[in-house]
Amino acid sequence: MTDTGVITVLIALLAGAIRVSTPFLFVSLGECLTEKSGRVNLGLEGTLVLGAMVAFAISYHSGSPWLGVAAAAGAGFLMGALHGAICRLPRVNDIAIGIAMMSFGTGLALFLGKPYIQPSAPRLPSLPLGDWLDMPALAQMLDVSPLFLVGLALAFLLDWVFRNTRAGLIVRVTGDDAAAARALGIGVDRVRLFATALGGASAGVGGAFLSLYYPGSWNEGLSSGQGLMAVALVIFARWQPRRCLLASLFFGAASALGPALQSVGITAGYYFLNAAPYVLTLLIMAGSGSARRAAQYAPGELSINR
Amino acid sequence: MEKGAVSGVEPGTGLTELLPQGGDRLRRAAEFVAVPAFALLVAAALFSAVLLGMGQSPLAFFELLWRGAFGSAFSWQNTLQRAAPLILTALCVALPARAGLMVIGGEGAFVVGGLAAAIAPLPFLGLAPAPVLLALMAAAGMLAGALWIGLVGVLRHRRGVNETISSLLLTYIAVAVLSFLVEGPLRDPATPNKPSTHPIGADVMLAPIPGTSVHWGLVAGIVACVLAHLLISRTSTGFAIRIAGGNPRTALGQGLPVGKLIVLCCLLAGGAAGLAGFFDVATVHGAANVSLVAGYGFTGILVSFLARHNALAIPPVAILFGGIGAAGGLIQRRLGLPDATVALLEGVIFVTLLTSETLYGRFALFQPRAARPRP
Repeated sequence: MTDTGVITVLIALLAGAIRVSTPFLFVSLGECLTEKSGRVNLGLEGTLVLGAMVAFAISYHSGSPWLGVAAAAGAGFLMGALHGAICRLPRVNDIAIGIAMMSFGTGLALFLGKPYIQPSAPRLPSLPLGDWLDMPALAQMLDVSPLFLVGLALAFLLDWVFRNTRAGLIVRVTGDDAAAARALGIGVDRVRLFATALGGASAGVGGAFLSLYYPGSWNEGLSSGQGLMAVALVIFARWQPRRCLLASLFFGAASALGPALQSVGITAGYYFLNAAPYVLTLLIMAGSGSARRAAQYAPGELSINR
Repeated sequence: MEKGAVSGVEPGTGLTELLPQGGDRLRRAAEFVAVPAFALLVAAALFSAVLLGMGQSPLAFFELLWRGAFGSAFSWQNTLQRAAPLILTALCVALPARAGLMVIGGEGAFVVGGLAAAIAPLPFLGLAPAPVLLALMAAAGMLAGALWIGLVGVLRHRRGVNETISSLLLTYIAVAVLSFLVEGPLRDPATPNKPSTHPIGADVMLAPIPGTSVHWGLVAGIVACVLAHLLISRTSTGFAIRIAGGNPRTALGQGLPVGKLIVLCCLLAGGAAGLAGFFDVATVHGAANVSLVAGYGFTGILVSFLARHNALAIPPVAILFGGIGAAGGLIQRRLGLPDATVALLEGVIFVTLLTSETLYGRFALFQPRAARPRP
């Protein structure tokens, strides 16, 4: 590989990190909020797919992609609320419900989304932040989706909320010790319901990014496990929104590895490179006792770190 | 004991649950049938509402579902054909579930099992008789599946990796490995449209059960369920598995090798799903290609949950879902519904079913007499 090849791959990787990371970012921030409240929502993969479908359909019918984003957030909110409402019933397991919601959300999206596979809907605009540069390749890399910036802001906002606000403290107490929260007069179930619903809304927006920006169309194989990887990523990020941002960028770059190498003509092992993010997730989860060490940062009520 | 008041792992792990007695045992069994049956009815009602919303007749839908699944000898054969892999992939969920693990990666074990079964006999084609090759294929499929899910168990035990997430990630990796091998190094050049491995040949492939078009996977699945049931409920290992699944802390306190039990369950589970992959290759495809990724592993999760991870309940439930799958095509053609209709129906059933868990212990009719609150 020549020097220009290496540079092309590096640029494609960076561009990919920004582009591909956005759905990871929204889902992981949503899951971070939910898990901070002491509940796990494994169903965000289904929410992501449903959000993508709803955003595409609404954008197609209304002509406004932003209306599509709002609708995706609404659909995600409802899915999260359903998860939260079911999990407040006694004897119901949040992990199992998450698996069921994954299959329900995906099934619903494929069922309702059949008519939207062919047409094309108005897509989200991109912000050409790199136009002042002379290098077209770099300029293209800085074509950033406004949703990425929203996600960026959301990460810092969530971090600030957790650290500095009453609402953030209530969520953290609920997640760390439900008994203590009850003693403080906090409605544990209600906090978790809201945290799960808002987390779902965030995941729905991540889905809107998939169908309205990149790849920018709706089809059945749109998300293959990205929602699930984002859930694993929250553990890696130690339940800190700002680390979720870094982890999402890292995962975005890993996911962009296959296409980046393909762009310079390296196609050998393409499928293996496509599997890179999954392998990476596994390795990170297994890596040097990280799961055990991470557990000390985990919200105390969380069932995922039994 | 007030059962509904406590959530989490505590209720239902007492000795009364492990050792039910006499008439009380019957009451509990009735509850395990009544609650899921009620959940199925609610799911059917919810799905009917969806159909009505789309201007379709629920009656026509369920009539077609019945006809396509169990209406004729032909549809019965189709149903049983689809039930066979579901039985084995459901076992892939049920066995770890008894040890307290929620493994949902049966699809991956199915795929690597099928892949290994398709590759193993290739160097020996024409050199060994068909039965030997088939035995080799079955062993390779089971071994590959066992190692695949066994890895999930080891990661869980050694590194504390959440088994639900890791097993699903491994499914995506399995599909990537399959795609890589069948489109790259192991591709048969004679398959331009649908990249596949070299076919094992018609004379090696396993014939169906005489007089039917149903393959032997059904028999193997039922035998595996009986063996799993015997292991779980009639052996001391099974007893230890149930304690580890009910309350790991108690199990550790009793000095039980929880980690070994977890890995054992995962190995057996993966072996079952790998065996299903073997049957898919040996009886249907004759080679490994993307047709292996047919969703049997995912439907198997639902089957196992509906059977409450009880091995003996798996075959009838698998037949039910085999029927729903078999009727899918008919429903799609006659009513013009999208092919995801079956996926949505399964999703609705799954959510209602798990929600119905909350009903256990709420009805005095099903409670053991000793456990009923005294006035």
